[in-house]
Amino acid sequence: MSWQRKILRVNLTKGTCEPEPLNMEWAHLFLGQRGLATKYLAEEIDPKADALSPENKLIMATGPLTGTMASTGGRYSVITKSPLTGAIACSNSGGFIGAEMKQAGWDMIIFEGKSKAPVFLYLENEKAQLMPADDLWGKSVWAADELLHEKFQDPLVKIACVGRSAENGCLYASIVNDRHRAAGRSGVGTVMASKHLKAVVIRGTVGVGNVRDPKAFFKATSEGKKTLADNAVTGEGLPAMGTQVLMNVINEVGAMPTRNMKEVQFEGAHKISGEAMAEPRESDGKPNLVTNAACFGCTIACGRISTIDPQHYSIENKPEYIGASGGLEYESAWALGSNVGIDDLDALTYANFLCNEDGYDPISFGATVSAAMELFEMGAITLETTEGLDLSFGSAEALTKAAELVATGEGFGKDLAMGSKRLCEKYGHSEISMTVKGQEFPAYDPRAIQGMGLGYATSNRGACHLRGYTVSSEIMGVPVKTDPLTTDGKPELVKAFQDATAAVDSTGLCTFTTFAWTLEDIAPQVDAACEGGWSAASMLEAGERIWNLERQFNLDAGLTKADDTLPARLLKDAAKTGPAKGSVNRLHEMLPQYYALRGWSEEGVPTNETMGRLGL
Amino acid sequence: MLKALQLEPEKCTGCLQCEMACSYENEGVFNPSKSRIKVFNFHHEGRFAPYTCTQCSEAWCLHACPVEAIVVNEVTGAKEVIEDVCVGCKVCTIACPFGTVNYNADSGKVMKCDLCGGDPACVTACPTQAITYVDSEHTGLERMRSHAAQSIPQN
Repeated sequence: MSWQRKILRVNLTKGTCEPEPLNMEWAHLFLGQRGLATKYLAEEIDPKADALSPENKLIMATGPLTGTMASTGGRYSVITKSPLTGAIACSNSGGFIGAEMKQAGWDMIIFEGKSKAPVFLYLENEKAQLMPADDLWGKSVWAADELLHEKFQDPLVKIACVGRSAENGCLYASIVNDRHRAAGRSGVGTVMASKHLKAVVIRGTVGVGNVRDPKAFFKATSEGKKTLADNAVTGEGLPAMGTQVLMNVINEVGAMPTRNMKEVQFEGAHKISGEAMAEPRESDGKPNLVTNAACFGCTIACGRISTIDPQHYSIENKPEYIGASGGLEYESAWALGSNVGIDDLDALTYANFLCNEDGYDPISFGATVSAAMELFEMGAITLETTEGLDLSFGSAEALTKAAELVATGEGFGKDLAMGSKRLCEKYGHSEISMTVKGQEFPAYDPRAIQGMGLGYATSNRGACHLRGYTVSSEIMGVPVKTDPLTTDGKPELVKAFQDATAAVDSTGLCTFTTFAWTLEDIAPQVDAACEGGWSAASMLEAGERIWNLERQFNLDAGLTKADDTLPARLLKDAAKTGPAKGSVNRLHEMLPQYYALRGWSEEGVPTNETMGRLGL
Repeated sequence: MLKALQLEPEKCTGCLQCEMACSYENEGVFNPSKSRIKVFNFHHEGRFAPYTCTQCSEAWCLHACPVEAIVVNEVTGAKEVIEDVCVGCKVCTIACPFGTVNYNADSGKVMKCDLCGGDPACVTACPTQAITYVDSEHTGLERMRSHAAQSIPQN
């Protein structure tokens, strides 16, 4: 059992911190992290509750392999109801705080209620205490992180924190840990700030023991690490170029959403790619990329550590941005680059730094700026609306200024902080909001990768690539190659990826391992660590159970079949260039079959038989 | 042949596999806070560096110990703490110029790297070969080789 079997319940209204035992019956059904925390949330809140009211709860959860030597075993997730989508939110993060929570002796922290005044949680092993955060409120994540490290005089405390964007109600605010890792999507940071909870500070020295079968565990995890090292993606591509290895690849297959998804290829992609990040720049002869970096326990090490060109306009007279920090991932490079038509690598890196510094999701931010740029192009908003900000596609100055405004919540930043859906509704053009269930798209155009369209439409947290990354199969051929332009077999593919991912997200491991691992590689690691007799089949079933639990939460929250769709642009306006030229996403060919495969009614509701089969 | 740990910070990704391996080997739990080897993250520079005891020939810790709880392993050359003898006075932690001997509040004794008796767990765990166990007289060999490579004529 690599569960610690202990939950911390923090009632912010009352100011109490109480331990309680983990529900092991649920742990055997839902594993941990994403699955188990969703079970707690679904049992404890009314799915119709206002996401920003004290009735909503926010759960920080680890998995049974978090804090162990299993490669990538450092993940944690934040589960809550999303203020952006009104659906379930589950945002996963690496870095070190998840492992630290586990090392401190806890599987999960459940935050409930709302504090009168700003507070932060200090957790040192069994000692848990809410402390005043008046001096931290109004500070950026980076400033608060520095103050907290000074306060505790301990370089080893780990900190997760919300920034000013969350305090100001930005609907896609994230929770940033270890300065540049984030539970990024769906506005989980907004929920945290709504509870007047500024930060969680953790020091754990208890450790993770009680591995069920240590010998089998070392054998399974060692074999797993060797498989990761020998694989071309996890052993070479990701360490060398990070997720940015994808920029040129996805552009070539014509799946690069460009200028608010009006186009599918970006002429400047090569200038903001992983390759470009390694090129020495003119000013100081150094490349953007300093090094790759690992999260806790990760033997892949895909993280990017970057610097901004010291001569770049964005940091003129701002010495605090000289020096290394978390660099561009593929998603941030796309959202802050292609989708707004900008190929200035340093402007992107600066905007990405601000996303980390003040805690907001670069995907939703970039996609909201792109929607604003299209509104600006159409004349639906003007220089008067934007208070003088020239939001032309391709303007790096507009991007960096917009990032500063969202960070502080000033001026037109207030409109940008609403997200694409509400922004486009406000200015009378909801048709140009590139969102599903109110959440902005990530970096794969579903006209060129058909399965991703079904995946986006049915994702339980709105548009998201990480609920079922069929790009693996459709583009990279992992585990088997399928044709990205056909819809044949895609309902089966999407369901299989969604269920497997839900299981992986519940273990404490990183989904990037699945470029090399299948559940056949992961199950022996889980089984050696935990009681419950885990096999690939039982993990896949747990994944399906988790998927249906999330679906039921969303239906109970008021979402319907009508929310399982894509913007008309992707269903009606064909791709103009590339291998998918002339294609739209043919969702209607896939969705009915997907419902049937899932054991759902034609209205997308899990049947009693399905729920019974899964023990729900 | 006496062997030594060779640490190459430029290869380190900061994953802490070494710290987990060390703590599990010595304490039976995954617990970086109880690791004898430490990885430091120099955030602003974007660098990571593993660091641990270098097993000094004339070890300050050994000479400082008033109860002779630190002894030389004749096979590995490691300076090892005999837990039954150690009284937890911490004089060795003051004597060590590098900070690599530390007090363990849970046991009331000091802890330091003992090279795992000649098969260091951190070396096995490191995924990037930033920590290797090599001939103690040739810890500079790889660095010499890379510089030598720059001096050979190019074809």
